[in-house]
Amino acid sequence: MTQIRDWPLYEIFIRACGGLDHKHVGSVHAADARMAIEHARDVYTRRLEGVSVWVVRSSDIAASDPAEADALFEPARDKIYRHPTFYDIPKEVETL
Amino acid sequence: MNAAPTDAVRGAAPGPLFEYLLRIGDTGLVLAQRLGEWVGHAPAIEEDLGLANTALDLLGQARMLLSYAAEIEGRSRTEDDLAFLREESEYRNATLAEMPNGDFGDTIARQFLLDAYQVPLYERLAGSRDTRLAAIAAKALKESRYHLRYSSGWLVRLGDGTEESHARAQAALERLWPYTGELFDADETDRQALADGIAPDPAELHADWSARVDVVLTEATLARPPESRYRWYGKRGRHSEHFGHLLAELQFLQRSHPGARW
Repeated sequence: MTQIRDWPLYEIFIRACGGLDHKHVGSVHAADARMAIEHARDVYTRRLEGVSVWVVRSSDIAASDPAEADALFEPARDKIYRHPTFYDIPKEVETL
Repeated sequence: MNAAPTDAVRGAAPGPLFEYLLRIGDTGLVLAQRLGEWVGHAPAIEEDLGLANTALDLLGQARMLLSYAAEIEGRSRTEDDLAFLREESEYRNATLAEMPNGDFGDTIARQFLLDAYQVPLYERLAGSRDTRLAAIAAKALKESRYHLRYSSGWLVRLGDGTEESHARAQAALERLWPYTGELFDADETDRQALADGIAPDPAELHADWSARVDVVLTEATLARPPESRYRWYGKRGRHSEHFGHLLAELQFLQRSHPGARW
């Protein structure tokens, strides 16, 4: 029999009122996705934090390995030319 | 709409609206008190919060209804006087709301039977001729729809779950079913409120409730218990033996420290 302690973990993503994207806010235990949405609603939207909820099984998330952080991210550090800061913006463009 | 009470009103019997407001307000108040007993004891922290959120919704509804009742009564009592300082026989909640929490299945069954009643009730009250009651009902309806979603979901999980959860849910349903008759059993207050255009027809409400309950019971593979002829009358102030204990806890603070505030 499934015990409550065996409930899988779900990661919770909430889109704030007026926000464009769902942001990770935390996690809940739940027996399935429907219950995870209800738990997320009860735990994370009590103070009107959101208008939309996504849930995903934590075990379904593939994550980068912190040990590989140097190899993955460090090479981007000295490539400042990738930032769009080397352009002269014409005066005529007012709201860029 | 709510002119200050005149001398003519003061001292007169408060009438069916007052009585009716107490019935639905007290049902929410008492059910909130029961749900509050779960805080710190629910099977998971997420459920702890879920039950507490529902309790707070119900308490908020009760506050609006009892405040209005106090104004209607016109004897300068407040929502707090009504909530904390009445005697047992002056409470008008449906007996079902005061039934003990039991196990989680009992709590869910009680919640489901009352949620399935409150949703169609508030749907109709939102069109009440009394505009203040209509506004309260419109707000409460959104909350009650979530409550019904929550309790229906759990009843289906328990009913259509393991052998043990099914047996417990069925037993809970059978224990609580006899208390549902009172919700729809029209008496003089209900008839007067209906005639005044304040409240819906209990018979119509029963048909709606019954249909909603049947859909969920079928999905939960639970059998609908037979109707009971016996009637409880918490809504007329005659309560079960459990009510005195509930009230002792509900009123303790105000009785021990009169006028205590945050």
